[in-house]
Amino acid sequence: MSEILSYLLEGLQILLLLSAAPVFTGWVRTVRCWAQGRTTAGIFQPYRDLMKLFHKDIVLAENASWIFRFTPYLVFGAAVLAGAIIPILSVDLPLSTTADVIALVALFAMSRFFTALAGMDIGTAFGGMGSSREMTIASLAEPAMLMAVFTVSLASKSTSLSQMVQVIGHGQLILRPSLAFALLAFVLITLAETGRVPVDNPVTHLELTMIHEGMVLEYSGRHLALIEWAGMMKLFLFAVLGIASFFPWGIAEAGNLIALPLALLLLIAKLALAGAGLVLIETGLAKMRLFRVPEFLGSAFLFATLGMLSYFMLE
Amino acid sequence: MPISFAAQLNSVLAALILLTAFGLLAQRRIYGLLHLFAWQGLFLSISTAVVGYAAGQHHLYISSILTLALKVIVLPYILHVLIIRLKIQKEVETLVNIPATMLMGIALVIFSYHLTSPIRELSTLVTRSTIAVALATVMLGLLMMITRKHAVTQIIGFLAMENGLFFAATSATYGMPLVVELGVALDILIAAFIFGIFFFHIRTTFDSLDVEQMARLKEED
Repeated sequence: MSEILSYLLEGLQILLLLSAAPVFTGWVRTVRCWAQGRTTAGIFQPYRDLMKLFHKDIVLAENASWIFRFTPYLVFGAAVLAGAIIPILSVDLPLSTTADVIALVALFAMSRFFTALAGMDIGTAFGGMGSSREMTIASLAEPAMLMAVFTVSLASKSTSLSQMVQVIGHGQLILRPSLAFALLAFVLITLAETGRVPVDNPVTHLELTMIHEGMVLEYSGRHLALIEWAGMMKLFLFAVLGIASFFPWGIAEAGNLIALPLALLLLIAKLALAGAGLVLIETGLAKMRLFRVPEFLGSAFLFATLGMLSYFMLE
Repeated sequence: MPISFAAQLNSVLAALILLTAFGLLAQRRIYGLLHLFAWQGLFLSISTAVVGYAAGQHHLYISSILTLALKVIVLPYILHVLIIRLKIQKEVETLVNIPATMLMGIALVIFSYHLTSPIRELSTLVTRSTIAVALATVMLGLLMMITRKHAVTQIIGFLAMENGLFFAATSATYGMPLVVELGVALDILIAAFIFGIFFFHIRTTFDSLDVEQMARLKEED
């Protein structure tokens, strides 16, 4: 019985991920519009965009190989799978025991690898440039990301996300400098990994600056819709990963169905705050030069390392 | 406020002091350096007060206030005036690039953790875990003095080193006797004035505050 229940929860969580990711992106855009004094398109605009893209025909380059056609599905699938690992509403997830946080980072890395390949596959200059930039950033962001999650793992003595949520959410509330450093590093990495402002700008197609947009420039129709949706899910996933590792209070325990509505409400509140915080960072900062990005990610790595060191030194 | 909470608070403040020490290494703008230095002094002052509370050592309150007045207000103000008078609002020039400096800094933190681990084993004070951070702050100040070209940034590095020493004294032995601390505070203040005079002399002699120019101070054969 409890097994069926946990599979149901898993399904519910994936549904939540698929439906809530565009709303979260819409929320971020809406707050951004408010912050910049523009009229908003509403938080459901990403749905309409996706719908429009799904109805359009695909224009495929003549020399596109199977990698180019296969990548949108892989990226989308990897994002859904990642959503099945991270405890969003409840820690009672069957997949969470099979894959830990290292597997999660590997999933993100795999989808990025294929996106970069697809960017180069067509052979346009922008695709290659975008791929090269993306890999430069990835090679710096990934070690920092691992260091940051390892710090949380150290504090909770496990790399399984469910375990981490349980230990940190139900442990004694103490001030931990290591987790504060890890959170700081995580925020910086989130900005880089999801292509937000100081590193990349998600709304521009200016050829000199684009990174992620450069890689997916040749996609159209259904493929583009999948990639866009996966991008929204990635932002959502980083937000819930941050919530699960650093602010896990309220995520329902195993077998506790009554806590689910409360968990959902808390999740919405936390996500709304996270989105507003993201906008605050984005409107407060200017996009940095590409050659400053290694320094930005270097400081993320520094924070993560300091977090790990201060776990040993101070706790 | 229970003692265990005070110890946690002190750890957080130690972490913040370490963070500002790294911030000083990473900062490119000279005003940013001054702000970070003032923040470091503020964290140090709060930490001293917290330790004073946790250990019941009331003379630490006085040194906390002294730190607040001197390192958060007076010294940054003097340096600020100097920067305006000398017209050096430019970006800071470094000898080693910043990411490499950061990596060296991390190595220094690990080294000081290793070096202080025997003391931590022996000590029974509430603050024993922050000794490593204090030593690391001293080392990072030293690293800053080594890797910067300009005299003003080197002085900020020197003052950050002094912050580290002060922090080491509070965390290793609950602070030095008050007389010594007053003496050190006075010394620092006098030093800041003397540095100011020296800066003007260096600049009038070499038209720059780049200390590498001092290599020219050789007798002609």
